[in-house]
Amino acid sequence: MAPSLVAIAVFVYGFIIWTAYISMTRSKLLPRYDFEGLFQYVKLWNMPRWYVALENLFVFSGLFIFFCMALGLLLAIMLDQRIRAEGALRTIYLYPMALSFVVTGTAWKWILNPGLGIEKVIRDLGFENFEFDWLINPDMAIYTIVIAGVWQSSGFVMAMFLAGLRSIDQEIIKAAYVDGVSLPRIYLGIIIPSMRPVFFSTIVVLGHLAIKSFDLIVVLTKGGPGYATDMPATFMYAMAFQRGRIGISAASATIMLMTVMAVIVPYLYSELRKKADD
Amino acid sequence: MTDQQFSINRANMNRMTVGRWLLFITLGIFVIYFLTPLYVMLVTSLKTLDDIRLGGLMNPPAVVTFTPWIKAWSSACVGIQCEGLNGFFWNSVKITIPAVFISTLLGALNGYVLTKWRFRGANIVFALMLFGCFIPFQVILMPMARMLGLLGLAGTIPGLVLVHVVYGIGFTTLFFRNYYVTIPDELVKSATIDGAGFFTIFWRIMLPLSIPIIVVTVIWQFTQIWNDFLFGVSFSAGGGQPITVALNNIVNSSTGVKEYNLDMASAIIAGLPTLLVYVFAGRYFIRGLTAGSVKG
Repeated sequence: MAPSLVAIAVFVYGFIIWTAYISMTRSKLLPRYDFEGLFQYVKLWNMPRWYVALENLFVFSGLFIFFCMALGLLLAIMLDQRIRAEGALRTIYLYPMALSFVVTGTAWKWILNPGLGIEKVIRDLGFENFEFDWLINPDMAIYTIVIAGVWQSSGFVMAMFLAGLRSIDQEIIKAAYVDGVSLPRIYLGIIIPSMRPVFFSTIVVLGHLAIKSFDLIVVLTKGGPGYATDMPATFMYAMAFQRGRIGISAASATIMLMTVMAVIVPYLYSELRKKADD
Repeated sequence: MTDQQFSINRANMNRMTVGRWLLFITLGIFVIYFLTPLYVMLVTSLKTLDDIRLGGLMNPPAVVTFTPWIKAWSSACVGIQCEGLNGFFWNSVKITIPAVFISTLLGALNGYVLTKWRFRGANIVFALMLFGCFIPFQVILMPMARMLGLLGLAGTIPGLVLVHVVYGIGFTTLFFRNYYVTIPDELVKSATIDGAGFFTIFWRIMLPLSIPIIVVTVIWQFTQIWNDFLFGVSFSAGGGQPITVALNNIVNSSTGVKEYNLDMASAIIAGLPTLLVYVFAGRYFIRGLTAGSVKG
């Protein structure tokens, strides 16, 4: 236990403090330790690239969470209808979660390839003027990341909801059914409202995945064209390891940390409290 | 039963079966949606480049070729080295196995202490550890790079093992703690009365009871570490890179002719170990997944 604690203290909390401190210095290629206040933050918020990264994060996480939730919930409800092949179907719907985002990204990069991918499939069907160049179109490239991300993660939402659906008291549902309440109304009126905690956990996990998304962007678009699909995670990496701008990088990492904390701390607090009450 | 009632029941029955069919069709469409990318990867990896250019994305290969697979494994260029993926595959093995083993063992020990040798502030300690698994790792990348440099581990496989162990402990501790809570304290108490010490109880009593959670944890950690890209790309160099980084280098290399069949074969090789684990132990993977969201 003690070695673990020391490791966590140094590698998590010590490092967070280091990064937060560096974000308040003038460090560029090498760290410098004289305090400069919010200098780097002012610089960061004056960079158009940072705004692109934030805008992309909002667009991506909004669409990613929405479509994953919608698809995952739909799949869970469908699988909940006493399907004989449930086990097999569940395995198929969830397998992308076992793959690395790098593998998924490689596959989708090929499928979305302008020229040889989906575009060619549709053109070969007779629609000669069909165009699908999202991957290289600066305005649309961010949506290709949503497509691949949703494909990868909606099975996770399904698994969470399926576990939730199974833990609901079946007697209540039977009673409602006997009373002649229709199936859609049972779901909308009874089942879904009682799964509020599952909704909450799932959204937290998906939001967390969205903020951390890095692999998929690097493989699929390298943050491009230009920096059109940059997100905070790739921005931070580029500044730290490619541009040699440690201070700016630390500032962006600190902002990411604070964003995650704003979501996770209340969540962990309520989860742990709940368990303590049990 | 009157005729009228009978026909109402018939109508209900019909609606039921129509609904049932609709349900099956929708489920089938989603099967296609989830399997198509895998299918496309597989057929592309078996096609010649000419076949790829001329034939359709979805067509099966005109002539099956295994050249892309052989090339991916033994002669594809990753950066300036043209020795294929096999070295990187073994790098991933050498990173993953010790990291999984150490982080699981530490997680078990921590879970044991946190539940059976409770001390003041155990809950706070647990919360602090748990928080460590949710931080965006961007916030520790730069200090970690410097620390690995100071330890002389920069760009090495032991360095990456260390990184994965440190940032895996949070999750493994979570898994074991939530499992050990369900094991009665009396077991430990009576063993203490019989004179068994801290480690004896751990080895003789706790670990043998922990097989299910060990399986869940090992599978979870294996998938996480094998699939890691961020740590691999930040902390490894040249010949010491894990396979995910090598795959990205192949796919995003800008030199030479783009060999899509090679990309796909490489991607399947990189994804195969976790995919196989999933196929054979999916049940445990799902348990890890749902437990990973703190719903213990």
